[in-house]
Amino acid sequence: MHDLISANKRRTALLVVGFIVFLLLVGWAAGLYIGSPVWGTAVALVFSGLVSFGSYWKSDAIALRVSRAVPADPATYQRLHNLVEGLCIASGLPKPAIYVIEDEAPNAFATGRNPRHAAIAVTSGLLDQMNRVELEGVLAHELSHIRNYDILISTMAVTLVGAIALLSDLAIRLMWWNGGRVRRSGDRSDSGNPLAIVGFILLILAPVIAAILQAAVGRRRETLADVSACQMTRYPPGLISALEKLKADTTVTHAASTATAHMWIEQPLSGVGDAGRLSRLHSLFNTHPPLEERIALLREI
Amino acid sequence: MTAWIVVAVIVVLLLAFVLLYNSLVRRRAQVDNAWSQIDVQLRRRLDLIPNLVETVKGYAQFERSTLDAVITARQSALTAAPSPQAQASADNMVSGALRQLFALSEAYPDLKANQNFLALQEQLAETESRVAYARQFYNDEVLRLNTAIQHFPTLIVARLFGFTEREYFEAGPEAQAPPKVSFS
Repeated sequence: MHDLISANKRRTALLVVGFIVFLLLVGWAAGLYIGSPVWGTAVALVFSGLVSFGSYWKSDAIALRVSRAVPADPATYQRLHNLVEGLCIASGLPKPAIYVIEDEAPNAFATGRNPRHAAIAVTSGLLDQMNRVELEGVLAHELSHIRNYDILISTMAVTLVGAIALLSDLAIRLMWWNGGRVRRSGDRSDSGNPLAIVGFILLILAPVIAAILQAAVGRRRETLADVSACQMTRYPPGLISALEKLKADTTVTHAASTATAHMWIEQPLSGVGDAGRLSRLHSLFNTHPPLEERIALLREI
Repeated sequence: MTAWIVVAVIVVLLLAFVLLYNSLVRRRAQVDNAWSQIDVQLRRRLDLIPNLVETVKGYAQFERSTLDAVITARQSALTAAPSPQAQASADNMVSGALRQLFALSEAYPDLKANQNFLALQEQLAETESRVAYARQFYNDEVLRLNTAIQHFPTLIVARLFGFTEREYFEAGPEAQAPPKVSFS
């Protein structure tokens, strides 16, 4: 179990490094067109960073408001509060704020910039359908997201995606504006630079590749949260049973949207997991690994 | 020129020492904190027992010996020595006595219907769960401290400043035996 956790953390680090390298590549490609790769990358990164970290700072309030979550009263939701308190003792985390969402689809999410400013929300559907050990498994998964600072990591990923999108967009516009010529300091008017073609293709594909990388990071963190949850409860069958119930349930979580899809424990949107001809391409963009895969991994612990 | 290099190396070594020492101090503080967390939960359980005894006493035919066992176990837990082993055996006695009490309560349907009794039973079950989690956390922190003390560079700092490994909390053999119940 500890090996799985360290393996997942290593893979996340590799993905993030790959992401940054990709950003630098895009910066270089954009630099071919806007004349200064370093400045371009820096400005795009700063701008995207400001926007993303603004939302990261207030991530708990934003996510909860968007999903229409209400605070869970300790008297009414005694079992929920007791389970979270027990898990906080087991992991040494401070107790997060607990919210409930009126929605019959079973789902849950965690948010907040660090363990001291965190919140967990569960749907009423989850509370109705899960028994005690299953609910505990789901809550442990959400607490693991908080403990592993996954909100910070996905904010970093979003920042990089934003920077890449800005750079590629800017470069393509400028290139269009300049009539398709490559502008560099010490400009030579022959456009026979083969690297420019590579740069151009890279710029067009950049946002798509960035989205794929972001989804890959998200999937890695989901697996890490599953394994961390089992370490917290020392009882994998609880979470396995909860995931199996989630697999059997096909209700769409109405309180979710494309913007919040990555935070929930299971993909809330319909149309995912369809077996069409493009399903392998679609699966590159999945925010969560497929449930069968998650269950199979947990069974091996 | 070589003087500067020597100075730089010494500075780096000192910095490493400070960082390693601080990390050991932090780990040790976590272990102490985790230990007192167990204490908090156990205290809560011991505080619930007098209420339970009062509720059960009203059912006069209830086994006097079982009640006495619970009261005695509670007393010895309150006065036990602070070492992990002594605490562990005292708490195992309390757990055992409580299990006897609840097992015997199956034979008293009026007692089982009593709201007070049910609420206390629920709270005690909840507390047992929290005690288990607190012990799990303590063991996790002890693991981290012991591993840090045994890892190579930290090993040197640990030996120099006298950081010792801590013992794990282990449930004694009494906890593994099923409760002995006789309805005679």
